[in-house]
Amino acid sequence: MSVQRKKRKRRELFALGNEAVAEGALLAGCSFYAGYPITPSTEIMEVMANRLPLIEDGVFIQMEDEIASMGATIGASLAGRKAMTATSGPGFALMQEHIGYACMVEAPLVVVNVMRGGPSTGLPTSPAQADVQMARWGTHGDHPIIVLSASNVQECLEMTVTAFNFAEKYRTPVILLLDEVTAHTREKITVPDPDEVEILSRVEPTVPPEWFKPYADTARGVPAMAPIGSGYRTHVTGLTHDVMGYPTQRPDEVKDAMLRLFRKIDQYYGDIQMADEYMLDDAEVAVVAYGSVARSAHLAVEQARERGAKAGLLTLKTLFPFPRPAVERLTHRCHTVVVPEMNMGQMSREVKRVNNGRTKVRTINRVDGQIITPSEILKAIL
Amino acid sequence: MADVTQLIHDYLRHNKKFPHVFCAGCGHGIVLGSLIRSVHALGLPKDDVVLVAGIGCSGRMAVYVDFNTVHTTHGRALTFATGIKMANPKLKVICVMGDGDALSIGGNHLIHAARRNIGVTALILNNHIYGMTGGQCSSATPQGDISMTTPFGSLEKAFDIADMCKAAGASYVARGTSFHAIQLDRLISTAIMHPGFSVVEVFSPCPTQYGRKNKFRNAVDMYKWLKSNTVKVETLKDPDQKPADGRIPIGVFRDVEEPGLEERYFELQRKLMGQNR
Ligand SMILES: Cc1ncc(C[n+]2csc(CCOP(=O)(O)OP(=O)(O)O)c2C)c(N)n1
Ligand code: SF4
Ligand SMILES: [Mg+2]
Repeated sequence: MSVQRKKRKRRELFALGNEAVAEGALLAGCSFYAGYPITPSTEIMEVMANRLPLIEDGVFIQMEDEIASMGATIGASLAGRKAMTATSGPGFALMQEHIGYACMVEAPLVVVNVMRGGPSTGLPTSPAQADVQMARWGTHGDHPIIVLSASNVQECLEMTVTAFNFAEKYRTPVILLLDEVTAHTREKITVPDPDEVEILSRVEPTVPPEWFKPYADTARGVPAMAPIGSGYRTHVTGLTHDVMGYPTQRPDEVKDAMLRLFRKIDQYYGDIQMADEYMLDDAEVAVVAYGSVARSAHLAVEQARERGAKAGLLTLKTLFPFPRPAVERLTHRCHTVVVPEMNMGQMSREVKRVNNGRTKVRTINRVDGQIITPSEILKAIL
Repeated sequence: MADVTQLIHDYLRHNKKFPHVFCAGCGHGIVLGSLIRSVHALGLPKDDVVLVAGIGCSGRMAVYVDFNTVHTTHGRALTFATGIKMANPKLKVICVMGDGDALSIGGNHLIHAARRNIGVTALILNNHIYGMTGGQCSSATPQGDISMTTPFGSLEKAFDIADMCKAAGASYVARGTSFHAIQLDRLISTAIMHPGFSVVEVFSPCPTQYGRKNKFRNAVDMYKWLKSNTVKVETLKDPDQKPADGRIPIGVFRDVEEPGLEERYFELQRKLMGQNR
């Protein structure tokens, strides 16, 4: 008897970060893309325009603006699709009202924001990391949100898959924040065989339609989701709603709905908060970084070690919910935490909040459209 | 009459808390009735009908009916509808919008939906005012009219929805009123079955926020006005000329068969996938 092992179909590509995002999306099962071109995110859209029409039922549509792109993406999500849009600062600003809508109706979808210099039209072709707090708080109203990031091209692919998985698992919009450097770096990557990758999809109801409560609380806090057209004729609204999805202003119902929205993310912090540790076991100085800056920091830590300094690096892959436990550990063990970022201190304020005055937090900030170099970080470590 | 009422009840959600939000005399409920009769007459399964609504008094109607209903954001209903239709072209997607919704904040989406000829039906409930927010002017408020934000009379011209949608490329364009209910049933049924983008503008009185400020003594006056100030477009000698007496033409202004965007998209996809095989 011969056992036939299926040959893994991995593909090697020399790809841009943006192209890797598109590969990751397709791998995750994304079958709908609506968008509006904007530098430095456009390649994501262009790859999707080429690929989706060739996939059974794959839909690509260029909309009239980013408000429309988000609207169409939400519509597709409600109709059962894994859907995505991508943009940069000005477009991300236009999307905010609909990001809140997606939070409220619990529409799983992925929004990629490739950050460029701002405010306003700013520096369209230069990198920045200045939309970090906007990704967290950009839409109005209190809401939890998942914000992820990636620091190299392979990670662009992997984190896009993770973004879709989180979106589906927690029925929430997930924001993937990249910066221009990561998005426009070309590197060799491996696209895994689809069988090697864990792909999650939303849970659909199993009860008959007349029993179905579309926003009922569950142990997971995440209600089952019936796609439009599946025979469950539900009501979806951005108004605060009861478990049936109907608008309510009853304080008890409003409270239950709002607290569940928070709880469904809160209770899975352990699953959602991702960070990579490098040389941190004995570190006395720790760098906390994300995006392309984490690569400069990696080199800086290596160089510091060569010079005998006990340095380490924590790369944040989840920006929000902020990976508090991982950062907190560093503030107990290290005499200095260095936070380099291409903004005036948007993540360092989170680090300082967690640090609570315990240890020294040194910030490196650049807003001139230039990357932060390893030597700048090295100087801060030594 | 009892039959009609029974029919409407068959399409309302029975687990939804009533009463509804509409004022006495509001034209919006009549449009909802017409929509229900149209869907029923066409024999469409409720499961296949998606009602996508904007924000305004008009948008509130979605929650009451037992279809797939999505109450979206102000002005953007057509963008959601576009996503839904492209994601599942088998669905009959109907958008309900107010005049402020569709023309002011959402004007850009309206002309692009028309240009794309996406297979969605747009019902624009034109009461010439922002009803829900308390009677401010919209881009369909007639020049000279009084509103909370034009207390001395509006200086701006109103959009002509039919002209605009025709110019933008919609393949079915019609206008009806909440008074001409039987004609409205016909217009809406045809629009729903029309491939491509169809627009039905409905003059729908708002006695509370528009009528009172503009010399209508009561709701009945407004319906009488609709009766005597409209003219069937097919009775006009030149349907492209606005009647000299100022009456408003109602009926079908354009009806051409053009495949909707979704049809053309999936046809292209079949072709491409055939080639790739
Ligand atoms: C982005 C945004 N801006 C403003 C509003 C407030 N708003 C709610 S309804 C409405 C106007 C409604 O008028 P219309 O669309 O004509 O509908 P009607 O109530 O007359 O049926 C406005 C301005 C909103 N909900 N969202
Ligand atoms: S305010 Fe006007 S549009 Fe709104 S429900 Fe009342 S009558 Fe109808
Ligand atoms: Mg109105």
